[in-house]
Amino acid sequence: MDLMEFQAKELFAKHGVKTTLGVVVTTAEEARDAAEKIGPCVVKAQVKAGGRGKAGGVKLAKTPDEAFEHANAILGMQIKGLTVHRVLVTPATPPVEEYYFSFLLDRSNRQYLCIASVEGGVEIEEVAKTNPDAVKQIAIDPGVGVDEEKARAIVAEAAFPAELVDQAVAMVQALWAVFVEEDATLVEVNPLARLDGDVLEALDGKVSLDDNAEFRHEDHAAFEIKDETDPLEAKAKDKGLNYVKLDGAVGIIGNGAGLVMSTLDVVAYAGEKHGGVKPANFLDIGGGANAQVMADGLDVILGDAQVKAVFVNVFGGITACDEVANGIKGALEILGDGATKPLVVRLDGNNVDKGRAILDELAHPLVTQVDTMDGAADKAAELANA
Amino acid sequence: MSIYLTKDSKIIVQGMTGGMGSKHTTLMLDAGSNIVGGVNARKAGTTVELGGQDLPVFGSVKEAMAETGADVSVVFVPPAFTKDACIEAIDAGIGLLVVITEGVPVQDTAEVWSYLDGKQTRMIGPNCPGIITPGESLAGITPHTIAGKGPVGLVSKSGTLTYQMMYELKDFGFSTAIGIGGDPIVGTTHIDALAAFEADPETKAIVMIGEIGGDAEERAAAYIKDHVTKPVVGYVAGFTAPEGKTMGHAGAIVSGSSGTAAAKKEALEAVGVKVGKTPSETAELMRQILRG
Repeated sequence: MDLMEFQAKELFAKHGVKTTLGVVVTTAEEARDAAEKIGPCVVKAQVKAGGRGKAGGVKLAKTPDEAFEHANAILGMQIKGLTVHRVLVTPATPPVEEYYFSFLLDRSNRQYLCIASVEGGVEIEEVAKTNPDAVKQIAIDPGVGVDEEKARAIVAEAAFPAELVDQAVAMVQALWAVFVEEDATLVEVNPLARLDGDVLEALDGKVSLDDNAEFRHEDHAAFEIKDETDPLEAKAKDKGLNYVKLDGAVGIIGNGAGLVMSTLDVVAYAGEKHGGVKPANFLDIGGGANAQVMADGLDVILGDAQVKAVFVNVFGGITACDEVANGIKGALEILGDGATKPLVVRLDGNNVDKGRAILDELAHPLVTQVDTMDGAADKAAELANA
Repeated sequence: MSIYLTKDSKIIVQGMTGGMGSKHTTLMLDAGSNIVGGVNARKAGTTVELGGQDLPVFGSVKEAMAETGADVSVVFVPPAFTKDACIEAIDAGIGLLVVITEGVPVQDTAEVWSYLDGKQTRMIGPNCPGIITPGESLAGITPHTIAGKGPVGLVSKSGTLTYQMMYELKDFGFSTAIGIGGDPIVGTTHIDALAAFEADPETKAIVMIGEIGGDAEERAAAYIKDHVTKPVVGYVAGFTAPEGKTMGHAGAIVSGSSGTAAAKKEALEAVGVKVGKTPSETAELMRQILRG
């Protein structure tokens, strides 16, 4: 899960990273109220996307009225396809210098990486291109981590100004605490700012949390913001389904992440011959293809107004195809008149003959069986384009 | 011959007494695996009857290895306990550690990977279907009934695509099929498997299945160019995946412009690997190679 800036800063504060929380608001009036208390301030769009400043989502306000105007313009704005629902109002503290700092998972080398640069404030990728020597990359052994000694080595490598070294070492250790104690895969501060009076502060923050570690971080659930989540994705999550909404007309249900990803591709490929129809979603029902799971999955997919046809693609490995067929049969009974779109079903693998026989016998008017994955994708694309 | 796993492999199961563990221990026995026991500290000294066999339960991996000569462990313990289970097995000196568990925090896996440095253990997974040498042994959850022994070596990030590909090529069969797992960090990579298949006289050709996320496929492509003489065909899943969304597997995510299926396909094709548009087409490419 990616956090918004204000959420990242909450985690920063929790672990002793020097930052200013500011006030998060959802209306321009509230932004004005906040500015009255804060004084000169920055109004910052809260969306999970980079490049907010370039998009006009970050504005300096000298007066409460200016804060109102800026918030009014920013709220509802689209940044990289995301609608801004809230802004952060934070004291205007112009940096004297701007630095960059991050800890991240380096999956290629199966370790962690610290990236630090005394040339921050802009996109670090840009600095890496124009002045690669200014971007220091320091490997971190996950079995060892970052202690004070390592933090000092990082700060020395990045060449922070001498008068800031002690603050920087404390900052690095606190950011490391955010990274490991919160099970993050990314902790980024850009800019890490030198303010008036040689104070080092995280002016912005980006944190990605490992969803697999949710079981040991019950408090992370509070970072889910309902109005930022697609309603169908939220509904699927409530039902424990692994669903991603896409923009297309062929609903997809399958078992296994790899096979479902492949199913989307095969449908898009088949769709080239059928008016360019595309897959509508990713939905992996895993091994639990019973009637209720199938019904829940179909219910979510049929709730997508764009969906014109559904492709159920199951390879019975451990799962038996007769269980899947009974699941589809039961789901159609549960949904009753709620099942409105044609279903193309491809079953293969374990107990395939029994599975296909169950659906043949059912002879449901909405259900078409096709023996191969490619053939079924073609049929589903054809029906979605009809 | 085969890679990593043979009929002589002696397998223990960490988490054998749990639901997943007992179900799949039975299926492994059906596949012909030589399962010599399980590990559960709370049930040490007891036996469990699975697949018509009485299997001893040991208090630790070390004890199980000492008593049985086990050289492979398959891990089914829940995510919260997986790191400790792995470290216990590594400390005991297990040769092959197959971690089936899905949902392991990536920092736990990163620590285990770091811990493996300089040790004799090979880890496969986590979040994988494990490894099967058809007709000889299964250490994992791959259905042994899909395909038999043959000349194809298969390495894949995905379990169900492993099954699908084995099914597509069941007329030829497999030397070994290995699912390396869909997490951001895994113990055995495409490159490791490619190197092992290259060295295995029984493997005549290799199918490599990748998916979005990371750069394992690009690295594998570079490895193939310099080190693999056997024919390789590829398949990559996730062309339609949107940027920034995790597609089921924790590691399956396109970040910015990196980790895309298109880039992986391009890297593989640039070194002469034929890449199929669908699993069936990929199987057909392999079929053409095997028929000469």
